[in-house]
Amino acid sequence: MIKSAYSFATQKEKIKQHIIVVWVDNETGVLARVVGLFSGRGYNIDSLAVAEVDKKKNISRITIATSGTPQVLQQIKLQLGKLVPVHKVADFPSNKKTLMREMALLKIVASKTQLEKAKNLCKKYKYIILDKTEKSFVFEISALKKEIDDLIKKLQPLGLASASRTGVVAMTKGSEIYQQD
Amino acid sequence: MANLFTGAEIVFKVLEDHGVEHIFGYPGGAVLPIYDELKNHTKIKHILVRHEQGAGHAAEGYARSSGKPGVLLVTSGPGATNAVTALTDAYMDSIPLVCITGQVPTHLIGTDAFQECDTTGITRPCTKHNWLVKDVNKLSSILNKAFEVATTGRPGPVLVDIPKDIQFKKGKYIKFKEVKKNENKSNITFNGIDNSIEQAIELIKKSSKPIFYTGGGVINSGPKATELLRELVSLTGFPITSTLQGLGAFPGDDNQFLGMLGMHGTYEANNAMHDCDLMINIGARFDDRITGKIDEFSPKSKKIHIDIDPSSINKNVSVDLAIVGDVKFVLKKLISSIKEKYPNFADSNKQGISSWWKQIELWRKKNSLGFSNSKEVIKPQYAVQRLYELTKAQDTFITTEVGQHQMWAAQHYKFNKPNRWMTSGGLGTMGYGLPAAIGVQVANPDKLVIDIAGEASVLMTMQEMSTAVQYKLPIKIFILNNEYMGMVRQWQELLHDKNYSESYTAALPDFVKLAEAYGCVGIRANKPDELDKKISEMLASNKPVIFDCVVDKTENCYPMIPSGKPHNQMLLGKQDEDDKISEEGKVLV
Ligand SMILES: Cc1ncc(C[n+]2csc(CCOP(=O)(O)OP(=O)(O)O)c2C)c(N)n1
Ligand SMILES: [Mg+2]
Repeated sequence: MIKSAYSFATQKEKIKQHIIVVWVDNETGVLARVVGLFSGRGYNIDSLAVAEVDKKKNISRITIATSGTPQVLQQIKLQLGKLVPVHKVADFPSNKKTLMREMALLKIVASKTQLEKAKNLCKKYKYIILDKTEKSFVFEISALKKEIDDLIKKLQPLGLASASRTGVVAMTKGSEIYQQD
Repeated sequence: MANLFTGAEIVFKVLEDHGVEHIFGYPGGAVLPIYDELKNHTKIKHILVRHEQGAGHAAEGYARSSGKPGVLLVTSGPGATNAVTALTDAYMDSIPLVCITGQVPTHLIGTDAFQECDTTGITRPCTKHNWLVKDVNKLSSILNKAFEVATTGRPGPVLVDIPKDIQFKKGKYIKFKEVKKNENKSNITFNGIDNSIEQAIELIKKSSKPIFYTGGGVINSGPKATELLRELVSLTGFPITSTLQGLGAFPGDDNQFLGMLGMHGTYEANNAMHDCDLMINIGARFDDRITGKIDEFSPKSKKIHIDIDPSSINKNVSVDLAIVGDVKFVLKKLISSIKEKYPNFADSNKQGISSWWKQIELWRKKNSLGFSNSKEVIKPQYAVQRLYELTKAQDTFITTEVGQHQMWAAQHYKFNKPNRWMTSGGLGTMGYGLPAAIGVQVANPDKLVIDIAGEASVLMTMQEMSTAVQYKLPIKIFILNNEYMGMVRQWQELLHDKNYSESYTAALPDFVKLAEAYGCVGIRANKPDELDKKISEMLASNKPVIFDCVVDKTENCYPMIPSGKPHNQMLLGKQDEDDKISEEGKVLV
């Protein structure tokens, strides 16, 4: 696709995965503003997690997994920073300094032996059985995105009937917290 | 217990607090309480337009020519959607607007009520911010914030959507208190580089082929920025070029000025941009009409970018040094640092850039704005030149529509002051110029205001002539009438084998009679030798005038950087056309 009016897109820069964390006023429309900025400017959203984190100050934390060239990632941050309800924007690189987790609820409907097999597969991760019947299990798994992707793939032939996943949430390691500069 | 006021009263109290004297608007069911309140506020004059898009463009013209935010007031539903083009236009060109819309009563929101639309949803991508007011007690603080957001940082439009019940409800009004801004703390660093001014000066000192590339940001920063720019340019002796929006920040007739750059910029400006070794971008945004083919854009230069908006930096073109801040503060610092470090900079530096100037003079000799004049038909370029010559003695304000005439106006009308040139650059909105001229005339009652128009564009908002007549606004609509959507025709000639698909307007109105129907003056010029006399007649009239200037129908606008080409491969005229545009170039806009 030709992006800008009379230039060609050339010089493909490397696309990188990033996690952008945005602290916003928890008010109506704020998520639409953030998401609208991404769709309007053609940025990717790989996953999204939002919830209020400070009731007193009325602040929500939005965690967006995205990908783009370094130039695009910088644009994303700067454009987000211009939105009025945005307090700060952080960029968590997907590397060893960042803790990342996704959660999934997985329902297996299958025979007893299949259910046992499924359970064994889940054992590799942090899991809880939230609900159990003769014919079904509901697992809660908390792991990295890729791990959940893998698990789902393996559970499919074992009777995975329903999967519900959160977007990734992230935090820096150590005692530091993110300060806007 | 503080006094309570209705929402409608609060709206006017806040407008008064911000010194608003004019609002452009159109009434309707969802704003009637506000319109009812108008009678109690004689300091605020309401200008009734004929279409809400007109209100928006008029407010833009008002803002651009006065430096104050423009205010518009429209009803819910169609009133709001009609304003969207103007809001987007203001967003693209960084014009401060405050748009107040009525909304259906709070309890009806979401029910598909009569004239309900999701105004904040629709305008979210074309405003800096917008608000739906759900509590009358918050109305004054929201409106204050709206003015602040519109006018600070990179300016732009904002919208406040007020449901009808909130307009009736009584609530607290908090008087606006201006917060004194600390001007020196304008945050002029970027990416932690705090010696950026020193770095800039070193680049300036070292350069032997420098150029200033300036944009609308200089104008938006205010008259002080313009003065400082002039000082910096004469201090350095460097050549300067300007974007479409920056015209007037530097005198158009000064020898250091190379004219406008970009798609229809001059040969010398574009070649200097291409060959320079130092580009100093002040308040411009490397937009695609400027850069041409991006990866062949000024390949050998170091680039400095001064901009108030950090997201403008490295958006389209990577730069070597970014200075984020208000132009006037950055220029002030730059100038004082140069003077301190290199007193006599211009003299000591003359030698270093003399061969660069020689090269520029060679490019200038091409006379790229030249055209072959005619005794039979009026050439559009000639018409703009005559208009300039006959109006340059007065303080004249020019607006335009969009098309060839717009480019000819930019090329041949010379601006010496900021805020005298109002054109839709970013969005390229046909129909902008006439209502914008109305706004300009409202802000500058005794000045000469001319819309250099195309016959196709001007018909898009022609109804606003009625507004001009009602308020006795003597705007002059100077139509370069070529019967074609000339710019479309030009592209079809160059790129689509002269298949002039739907770019001819049959059944154009008789503009002279149309003027008479509106109650203003109509004048027509057919021949070059009657042009001066007719223009003088137009200028002598104290009424709004529609001037039908019948021009050559097939004239093209040159020079031109064709699609997909870099700056140093311009078309200078018809003879260049055939071999220059590749198949790839044809798919670009
Ligand atoms: C609202 C809108 N619709 C369509 C266009 C595309 N467009 C750009 S220039 C142009 C032709 C303008 O014709 P005219 O006003 O007669 O000006 P000329 O080029 O002939 O000087 C058109 C259709 C536009 N810029 N704006
Ligand atoms: Mg035309």
